[in-house]
Amino acid sequence: MKGKDNPQLKLAFKTDPLDISKAGEVSTRVRRELQKLNICPEVTRKVSIICFEGEMNIALHAEKGGTVVIEVWSEKIDILFEDSGPGIKDINLALLPGYSTAPQWAIELGFGAGMGLYNMQRNSDFFEISSEPGKGTRVYSRVSRFKCREESINEPKKSC
Amino acid sequence: MNLKNLVKELNLQLLHPEANLEREVTGGYVSDLLSDVIANAPEGSIWITIQKHSNIIAVAVLKSLAGIILTGKIMPEKETLEKARKERIPLISSQDNSFITAGKIYKLFSQNK
Amino acid sequence: MKVKEIVRLVNAKVLTGEDKLDYDFQCAYAADLLSDVLALTKEKTVLITGATNSQVIRVAEILDIPMIILVRGKLPSPETIEFAKKLNIPIIATSLTMFETCGLLYSKGIRPCKNHPLHKLSEGGVKKNEGKG
Repeated sequence: MKGKDNPQLKLAFKTDPLDISKAGEVSTRVRRELQKLNICPEVTRKVSIICFEGEMNIALHAEKGGTVVIEVWSEKIDILFEDSGPGIKDINLALLPGYSTAPQWAIELGFGAGMGLYNMQRNSDFFEISSEPGKGTRVYSRVSRFKCREESINEPKKSC
Repeated sequence: MNLKNLVKELNLQLLHPEANLEREVTGGYVSDLLSDVIANAPEGSIWITIQKHSNIIAVAVLKSLAGIILTGKIMPEKETLEKARKERIPLISSQDNSFITAGKIYKLFSQNK
Repeated sequence: MKVKEIVRLVNAKVLTGEDKLDYDFQCAYAADLLSDVLALTKEKTVLITGATNSQVIRVAEILDIPMIILVRGKLPSPETIEFAKKLNIPIIATSLTMFETCGLLYSKGIRPCKNHPLHKLSEGGVKKNEGKG
């Protein structure tokens, strides 16, 4: 049996605090790495979306920024976001599509539609969020690699 | 055409009864950016959006819009509905997304010319 | 419908992607808010938007959006256009409103793509106020 002690790939990033213009850089980088590994487009897209929304949340709310860690295993991809931002008072509310706590400056720029956590959750096969107001938030998402659908005939077969 | 006809023609759903439907609709405006609506929406146009928080009512009043259509089956927040009733701003729901809703309304207006 | 026909139809300026004018697309989606766009699960949807920030370009790449139609006459910064060039995302810009643009495209038979319904959500759940880690 092949050992499962080490992920195929591990990426860790620190994100800049409250810098909207940089938010998304991690997801772009992660996407490239997944493509290099020949991960199929569907899983790559899900992971990229989860990364993007997670980064965006940190950029919108966490004054000191946060960290994003991605681990690619043979059967799954783990994504972990942590920040020491303001935390979430009511997680159930925050998970509802359209519920937004984005600051005014962000809303004016077209962010903060309140779909972030919802989009992360629906792209995940396993999703867990814990938060303590005043201390910070931790979001863990897992995307299974077994869910790849049939690729179109014209595309080279990619592993998943 | 007036709002009543528009709602009827497109089979839209009125979200509350306290609205002036005889109002003439001058055109359509699609935008989810409040600052854009405030700057550019023509008076008397019907606003097509997915924004559902209560700020939209104040914007509709400010710009004298004919009403607001929430698209993609999005439902307004409780406060939004209350404000809409109070201000008598027509709040309408469309099952289609903004692109289709706009397309259909545009077509209606073109046919009416 | 080909990109060059759209360019004519909405009187657009091609900001980047001059080589993609023969690209044929079937479906489009109108959205200003990023998270609304991110909820799309069907690839190859042309995005009609008034958002000119660089995030739209990133999101377009993540979602394999083949082209962005910018409306309302607003133009992105030169940096954003460069960024789009780098990521190979064609952008055309029209001064028409989103309503007019959607209306014209719709009248030419363009419709939204069917979205794949995402699978029913996930195990795991919600741990409240337990602190991190």
